[in-house]
Amino acid sequence: MNAREEILDRMRRALDGAQAPPRTPREYRRSLDPGTDAVDLLIDRLLDYKARVHHGTEAIAAALGDAGRVVVPADLPAEWRLGGARFIEDEALTTAELDEMDAVLTGCAAAVAVSGTIMLDAGATQGRRAITLVPDQHVVVVRRDQVTGHLAEALPRLDPSRPQTWISGPSATSDIELQRVEGVHGPRRLDVVILPE
Amino acid sequence: MSAAFPKAAKVALGMPQLRSNLAHATGTIRDKRAKAAGELDDWQRLRDTAAAVKADVQHRMPELAVTFERNAIAAGATVHWARDAAEANAIAARITREAGAEEVVKIKSMATQETGLNEYFAAEGLAAWETDLAELIVQLAEDEPSHILVPAIHYNRTEIRDIFKGRMPDAPEGLTDDPAALAEAARLHLRRRFLSAKVAVSGANFAVAETGSLVVVESEGNGRMCLTMPETLISIVGIEKLLPCFEDLEVFMQLLPRSSTGERMNPYTSVWTGVAAGDGPQNVHIILLDNGRTDVLADEVGRQALSCIRCSACLNVCPVYERTGGHAYGHVYPGPIGAILAPQLEPGRHDDLPYASSLCGACYEVCPVKIDIPEVLVHLRQTGPHGVGEKAAMSAAEAVMARPRLWRAALGAARFFSRPWRRRGFMRRLPWPGSKWTASRDMPVPPGESFRDWWKERER
Repeated sequence: MNAREEILDRMRRALDGAQAPPRTPREYRRSLDPGTDAVDLLIDRLLDYKARVHHGTEAIAAALGDAGRVVVPADLPAEWRLGGARFIEDEALTTAELDEMDAVLTGCAAAVAVSGTIMLDAGATQGRRAITLVPDQHVVVVRRDQVTGHLAEALPRLDPSRPQTWISGPSATSDIELQRVEGVHGPRRLDVVILPE
Repeated sequence: MSAAFPKAAKVALGMPQLRSNLAHATGTIRDKRAKAAGELDDWQRLRDTAAAVKADVQHRMPELAVTFERNAIAAGATVHWARDAAEANAIAARITREAGAEEVVKIKSMATQETGLNEYFAAEGLAAWETDLAELIVQLAEDEPSHILVPAIHYNRTEIRDIFKGRMPDAPEGLTDDPAALAEAARLHLRRRFLSAKVAVSGANFAVAETGSLVVVESEGNGRMCLTMPETLISIVGIEKLLPCFEDLEVFMQLLPRSSTGERMNPYTSVWTGVAAGDGPQNVHIILLDNGRTDVLADEVGRQALSCIRCSACLNVCPVYERTGGHAYGHVYPGPIGAILAPQLEPGRHDDLPYASSLCGACYEVCPVKIDIPEVLVHLRQTGPHGVGEKAAMSAAEAVMARPRLWRAALGAARFFSRPWRRRGFMRRLPWPGSKWTASRDMPVPPGESFRDWWKERER
C-alpha cells in the first residue's frame, strides 16, 4: 500500500463506528452594530497598529513622501500617480530591481474594520505579491465602499483561487520579551489613503 | 513509567533567570490575550463554532483530505503523503535537490520541528535556515525552542544581544539590547538570503478543502518572503489542519491571533492556492503528514487534541509551564497541549506528561477551540501505564478500604503516629515508601476525629 492509501485507510479505521458530531452552530456576529461607522473604526485600528492614515486622492503625494522610485501595478489608475516620484510599472521586474524601489503604491480588494485589516487578492490595482513585499514602504489606497465591518463580510469579496495577503499594520515582531517592534522583513512603513466612493 | 519531566522540571526550577524571564513573558501575553478576547462580545459563540468545525473535520477527515488533494492538484500543486517524519523529511530533501538547491529558507513551523527537518537536512548535507526572529535566535544559540509561539521566550534581551554578537557573523558593531536594534540586525542578516533563496519550506495554519488553499499566519514578513520569493515552495501540513470551507476562516482568523499574540489580527496572513502564473513560486509542493495523528484520531476522548490550532494560549496560563518552561516537557509541543499531544503522538515515550498538571482547568478556559485538556489528561492517566510501586500501593489501599474494620484500624494508627505533626497540619517527609509521595508534596495530617466518629457522636 502506498502512503496515501495507507493514511486514508488508517483514518477510516480510526473512525470506524464513530458518531457524527452535532451540526455546527454559527451564531457569531457577521456585521457591526447599526450606528458604528466602519471607516472610523478601521482608521482607529490602523492608527493603533502605527500605520499612517491619509484622506483623498491628493493625499497620495504626501503619503509617498520623498520616495523617489515607486513601483506600481500596470493597471494602477493614472490619477493616483501623484507627486514627484518616478512611477515604474511592474513588468516582471527582477528581485534586484524591486529591491531598488523606495515604495510601492497599490489599491486593495477589501478591508475589515474590526481588525484593521487590508486585503489584497492580486486583483485589479494590486499587482503580484512580491511588489508589496520587497520595498520598504507600502502606500495602499482603500475606497470607502471596500471597507467592511467584519471578516465575514470581507471574505466573499476575495477570490480564493488567487494568492492573498491580509495586512494588519506594518511588519512587526514581539519575539523579544513580548515587546512589539514595528518593522522586520516586510515594509516597515504602511500608509493607508482612504478615498470617497 | 518515564520520569523525564520531574527531573527536567527540577533543573528548570533551579534557574532563577529562566523563571523570571518566563514569569514576565507569560504574564504580559496573558493580559494581552484576555483584553483581545474580551473585546469581542461573541467570543464564546466563536469558540462553539470552532470546536464544532474541528469535530466535523475529524469525523470527515478521509473525505476532506481527498477533497483538499483534488483541489490543490487542480490548482497546480503537487501533493505528497507522508506516513511519518522520516518520509516527510526525505520527500522535502528530494524536492530540494531536484530544484538544484543545497539550502532552504524556513518559516517557523511546528510540523517541521516535529519531523526534525533541520537535523535531517544537516545530515544530508543540506542547510535549512530559520527566518522567524525567535527561531533564528534559537538556531544561532544551538538551543531548542521552548514555546510554540515565542520559541525564545526563555531569553531576555541582553541574552539575545550576546547570542547575536557571538554567533551572527554580520552582527553590527556596538549592537545594543534594544529590541528594535536586534530586529534590525536580523533584518539585515536575512535579507540577502531571502532575495536569493531558491527553495522555501513552510508549514500551514489551515488547509481549506473546498478550495485547496493553504494559509500561513505570521507577523514579521519572513513568511511572506519565503512564500513569495523562491521558485519552489514545500509545505509540510499535518492532516488535522484541514478546514471544510473558505468561510471557516472568518471564525478561526478571529480566534487565532487574539488567542496567540493578543492582537486583533496578526500583521500578515498569506493564502495561496496551488500555482499562480507569474506570482510567487511556480513549483508548489504540499506534503500531507500523518506521523501519529491517525492514532490520536482513533481515541474517542483523545482525538480532540487534533483540534489544536497551535495558538499557545494554554501554555501562557498554565501554572506548571510558567514555572518550568518548555524544555522540561521534552517534546516539541510543551505545556498543557503538549501534555496531551506528546504521549498520544509517540505512545510510550511521554507517559509522565499527563501528570505535569494540577488539573486547574485554566487551559480549557482559554482554549479557542474548546479542547477539554483536563478531561484528556485524566483519560490518559487512566489508560496510561502505572509503576509497580503505585500499583502495589493501590491494591493495598483497595484491600484495606474494602474491609471497614481494617480501614478504621488503619485510620486510627495513622492518627496515632501523626500526633506530633497535628498542630502544623502537614508532614514534610515520610519514611519509605511514603517518601516517594513526600519527595514533591506535603502529606496532610489526618484529622483528630473521622467523619464516622463525628456522625456517631452527633446522632447520640
